[in-house]
Amino acid sequence: MRAERLPATDSASPRPPALRLWRSSTFQFAALYMAIFAASVLILLGLVYWTTAGFMARQTDDTIEIEIAGLEEQYRQRGLGGLADVISDRARTDPDGSSIYLFATPDYRPLAGNLDEWPSLTADVEGWLDFSRTDAGGNEIPARARLFLLRGGLHLLVGRDIRELVRTEALIRRGIIWGLGLSVALGLLGGLLMSRRMNQRIEVINKASRDIMAGDLSRRIPERGTGDEFDELSGQLNSMLDRIEDLMQGVRHVADNVAHDLRTPLTRMRTRLEMLRARTATQTSDAEVEDCIADADQLLATFNALLRIARIESGGRTLRSNNVALNRLIRDVADMYQALAEDRDIELVAEAPELVIQGDRDLLFQALINLVDNAVKYTPDGGSVQLGVVKEDGQICVEVRDTGPGIPDEYKSRVARRFFRLDDSRSQPGSGLGLSLVAAVADQHQARLEFADGDPGLIVRLHFPTTGPLLA
Amino acid sequence: MRVLVIEDDLEVASYIGQGLREAGHTSDHAADGKDGLFMAASETYDALIVDRMLPGLDGLSIIRTLRASGNVTPALILSALGEVDDRVEGLQAGGDDYLVKPFAFSELTARLEALARRSGPETPRETTLMVDDLELDLLKRAVRRGDTVLDIKPTEFRLLEYLMRHAGQVVTRTMLLEAVWDYHFDPQTNVIDVHISRLRGKIDKDFDRPLLHTIRGAGYRLGEG
Repeated sequence: MRAERLPATDSASPRPPALRLWRSSTFQFAALYMAIFAASVLILLGLVYWTTAGFMARQTDDTIEIEIAGLEEQYRQRGLGGLADVISDRARTDPDGSSIYLFATPDYRPLAGNLDEWPSLTADVEGWLDFSRTDAGGNEIPARARLFLLRGGLHLLVGRDIRELVRTEALIRRGIIWGLGLSVALGLLGGLLMSRRMNQRIEVINKASRDIMAGDLSRRIPERGTGDEFDELSGQLNSMLDRIEDLMQGVRHVADNVAHDLRTPLTRMRTRLEMLRARTATQTSDAEVEDCIADADQLLATFNALLRIARIESGGRTLRSNNVALNRLIRDVADMYQALAEDRDIELVAEAPELVIQGDRDLLFQALINLVDNAVKYTPDGGSVQLGVVKEDGQICVEVRDTGPGIPDEYKSRVARRFFRLDDSRSQPGSGLGLSLVAAVADQHQARLEFADGDPGLIVRLHFPTTGPLLA
Repeated sequence: MRVLVIEDDLEVASYIGQGLREAGHTSDHAADGKDGLFMAASETYDALIVDRMLPGLDGLSIIRTLRASGNVTPALILSALGEVDDRVEGLQAGGDDYLVKPFAFSELTARLEALARRSGPETPRETTLMVDDLELDLLKRAVRRGDTVLDIKPTEFRLLEYLMRHAGQVVTRTMLLEAVWDYHFDPQTNVIDVHISRLRGKIDKDFDRPLLHTIRGAGYRLGEG
């Protein structure tokens, strides 16, 4: 189980923050929302622009048209002379100079009006012209006018000062740019805040999930009680977890039942065989029965180991957490295997400083026994097995080092699975459950099980946490 | 030896009964907790075999009730549960030994005999143990066979002490594990056998009469023949 869990932790490793932000779907939503928002602001301001500046421009044109209509009337009643008079009169009386008139000869020499010279630009097909004139102070003043060719080749220009219009247009354009910029900025900021807030809430769920995956099955996702969709999600997940816990308990129940139901017939079978052996006399049948008993024992041992692992893993076995003197534990393990190692001419060295950890001494002893048993089993005669404790970065690490063939990298993550055996080891006795049990014990002690290369040989390390909650 | 078997699984009970008979003991059987308690309290037995999970009244309650009324008949608890806590709980309730199903029948008889012996008249705390010409001095932590002083390691000493205290009886590997190593665990390979063969090499190798015998399918026995 442990090995399968590892990749998940890897993928949870932090990405570069910018990439992480971009990959956040909340942020993507916020960005999309911002884009739509900016577009609507643009449309809105465009409408404002069209209704104000556009209206002013049309009004200017209308005013010019009305002036032209008035002048046309004068011209019809009083002729060219009258028109020139009216123009001179109007140009003089126009107080702010917002109306522009120019009456010019066919060669564009001014005859009357308040414009000094005929604009050098050409008009559009309808006779409209945008130009600028220089006032008394030397400022360029924008203007718009309509040009006419009168009888006798005389030219007439009627226009208006459009300073206000230009200024208003500029003002609105600036407004649009600012408004757009601000709304984009605010949208981005809002998106960031929103995605951060969302992420915080999702992170709460993620953290709880990680704890649960790490084995704390009783852990639940906190609900705020606000009844929002996150609460609803948390509630659903919690019910799912309840269900999973129920199922796990069911599995444990089944395991117990299997233990009760299957081990009993096995007992009987073994007892029958024992009795059969007691009654039979011949040498051959005796050996056969002996083999049967050995097989039954092997079955029972595998079965017991499997149940034991299941119990430890599901937390069904309540850990009896005490101070465990690691040095004593290691000495006892070495003491137990010294004779076996000596028989095979293997040097078994155990060294440990005085160290106390929190844990279940029986389970820890079992785990170490399994590790040393493996080490001795796979180390060739004349090799060495070292058992020691290393303290690094505040972590206590128990290490079993051998000079055996080691474990190829591709199998390292799988050796702790149930019934997993390397091909080379199939000839050796064993159930393929020893390391699974070590992994289960390690898990219960929140210790990390590591397989490393000893060049030659294998190093198995158990990294125990020194601080924080030691036992769930 | 007269043994009361309180076990609801009739087949297991009949096997135990048959096995006990073949080993030369007599046995009574109770199929539920209440009958069992009644029989255990009203008759005299050398040992009780009590299943932990029983209809009516569970095994631990039976033993607790018996102990509370002053009945000290040695009791062996049978259980399908096998965790350390269950074992501790069983012994705390007043059980004298605990055996997890399924068990080898030889394991049951070995333990029963050890129990019955333990309940016998209390021998004064000896300082030396003697089996044939093998002598173990508990104070000096020294072992001699005849006139030869043997070089015995601490683990071997504890093994030998247990074997000598149960001289003449079959002692199973599990019993040795529990007595000599102060941990509850499943030994992986034949570690115990290796220790025994070491011990044998020291106490028997250079002598005519072997004392440490292997009982096939069961365990070991220390003593003559």
